[in-house]
Amino acid sequence: MIAAESSRTRADFWKSQLTEYYAPKNFNIWYYFGSLALLVLVIQIVTGIFLTMNYKPSEAEAFGSVEYIMREVEWGWLIRYIHSTGASAFFIVVYLHMVRALLYGSYKNPRELLWIIGMLIYVSLMAEAFFGYVLPWGNMSFWGAQVIVSLFGAIPGIGPDLVEWIRGDYSISDITLNRFFALHVAALPLVLILLVVVHLTALHEVGSNNPDGVEIKKHKDSKGKPLDGIAFHPYYTYKDLVGVGVFLILFCGVIFFAPTLGGLFLEHPNFEPANALNTPEHIAPVWYFTPYYAILRAVPDKLTGAALMGAAVLLFFFLPWLDRSPVKSIRYRGWLFKLFLGAFIVAFLGLGYLGLQPAQGSYVIAARVLAVVYFAFFLLMPWYTRVDKTKPVPDRVTYHA
Amino acid sequence: MRNAAFGLVAVLMCGTVLAKEGGGADWKSWHADNDIANKESLQRGARNFVNYCLGCHSLQYMRYNRLAMDLGLTEEQLKDNLMFGGQRPFDVIKTAMPAADAQNWFGKEPPDLSLIGRARGTDYLYQFLKTFYLDPERPTGVNNLALENAAMPQVLADLQGTQKAIFVLEKKNEGNGEQMVRVFDHFEQVSPGRMNAAEFDGFVRDTVNFLDYVGEPIRAKRESLGLWVVLFLLVFTGFAWALKKEIWKDVH
Repeated sequence: MIAAESSRTRADFWKSQLTEYYAPKNFNIWYYFGSLALLVLVIQIVTGIFLTMNYKPSEAEAFGSVEYIMREVEWGWLIRYIHSTGASAFFIVVYLHMVRALLYGSYKNPRELLWIIGMLIYVSLMAEAFFGYVLPWGNMSFWGAQVIVSLFGAIPGIGPDLVEWIRGDYSISDITLNRFFALHVAALPLVLILLVVVHLTALHEVGSNNPDGVEIKKHKDSKGKPLDGIAFHPYYTYKDLVGVGVFLILFCGVIFFAPTLGGLFLEHPNFEPANALNTPEHIAPVWYFTPYYAILRAVPDKLTGAALMGAAVLLFFFLPWLDRSPVKSIRYRGWLFKLFLGAFIVAFLGLGYLGLQPAQGSYVIAARVLAVVYFAFFLLMPWYTRVDKTKPVPDRVTYHA
Repeated sequence: MRNAAFGLVAVLMCGTVLAKEGGGADWKSWHADNDIANKESLQRGARNFVNYCLGCHSLQYMRYNRLAMDLGLTEEQLKDNLMFGGQRPFDVIKTAMPAADAQNWFGKEPPDLSLIGRARGTDYLYQFLKTFYLDPERPTGVNNLALENAAMPQVLADLQGTQKAIFVLEKKNEGNGEQMVRVFDHFEQVSPGRMNAAEFDGFVRDTVNFLDYVGEPIRAKRESLGLWVVLFLLVFTGFAWALKKEIWKDVH
């Protein structure tokens, strides 16, 4: 009796989540990155478990244990390269996933909660990546941690004590490495998995947006199935499989032929062990943080810089309420929104480049200009989305088989 | 900025400098041009390393027998040519010099070179090993263009010979008005070494090639395996695409 009950529940679960979860049929290339993000999460968890079996989270042994994995552990080099490349791949697919939301207004009503949960995943992912970057205990790990943690010292009053509390020591040390390891392999993965489950639940509650930004639930057949919806399984499971294939070709291309990607995915100074007496020539975080790092360095005052850096991330949370446009998709928006979104993406990429360069001369000026563009995208949004001319939105999705 | 200015000066002077004895004005654009697939070069590099580097530098993440395996050497060849201190084949390659002595003699412990190729790049190593010049103000009697005030003596002087660096004063603007700056112009050979310039370049190239290999011993296998992985994925993606087309037939 109980067994029959539970098997029915299980069948119901798969039905509701896959075969009877109806997604719009007009998804385009931008809709691959959600499932790819899930794939990368699984890859990171599995490779992470195997790395943990041989990694030693101590000041004396961390660097050597990574080299031990690279040279002596059977297939250790592959597992490590998958994990280190996976970190960058995670941000690439998540950034593209977010661009999709900006293009088609996926954050807008009724998906505000879905967007906010997604942003929480993004912030948790940043923390996860930061802690993970410290673990190989290379010189850039050490100095990167030193710089990022010291940012909290800019907070008036409690700053210095807070920094000491985070580090658990007067400088980045064995104790810091140990607790960052705990956060990286236990605390944040749990948070990430939980948030991803909540993200998917919220998605299945409201249903997916689509490139036209029209709600498919408005037009249903007699059985209650949306006319423009198709079952997630088998249609999107098999379509996403193609995306997985293309992704893995690129992913493995990096792993097997350019695992450091010219110092972008694995930085050269990180092949030297952490050394408190030897500061690298330019301290720069890994590429996925550099847009924010460029904003931080564009401001002469440390506290203001750190506050702006935080604001640059937090402003994303408010997008659903900053956007006053009556339409969701860029297809039916006017030139003003397209201009601001285009400028924003250019600014984000430009800041990302500048964050990798030394902060001097014309680079700082450029970073300031781009930071203004970055913030203008958010702060002027209530204005330009309201006055922007929109085109009429069709009743049903546009799809050409 | 400074590099750009230097490059410009170097380029402008190239024509005149190359004619002078020694040359070297273009040292920043020297490339190692090494090839880790060249086993003979790696074997020569390993020989160079144990003879000229191992006195002070370790390869603490590299084992002798791994070296033999990857370089195509038998255990006999390994023992006869590369192991001189009574080590066992599975030992890691460690210098016999005690760290405390090194600290006393050179002011710092010579770094482990297991990952130096990955940390600094092969071109840097090539330039470093070739740009030692006489400098009576340094305790070692030499200085280096790639690493100013290097603690390392010119270990390869016996092969390369010794050279003087000729500097000229250039007017330069570095943001705080025009200043006279000492700029390297060219090398002048002082005493000859046992090798001519081409032989010595080859020696350095082999050594750098070896260090490049030691930085990531799996690299050759990684790249050859990667070819098959990507090939498989191309086929897989082709099938996945055909399957998707079939499944989506009835979506209009």
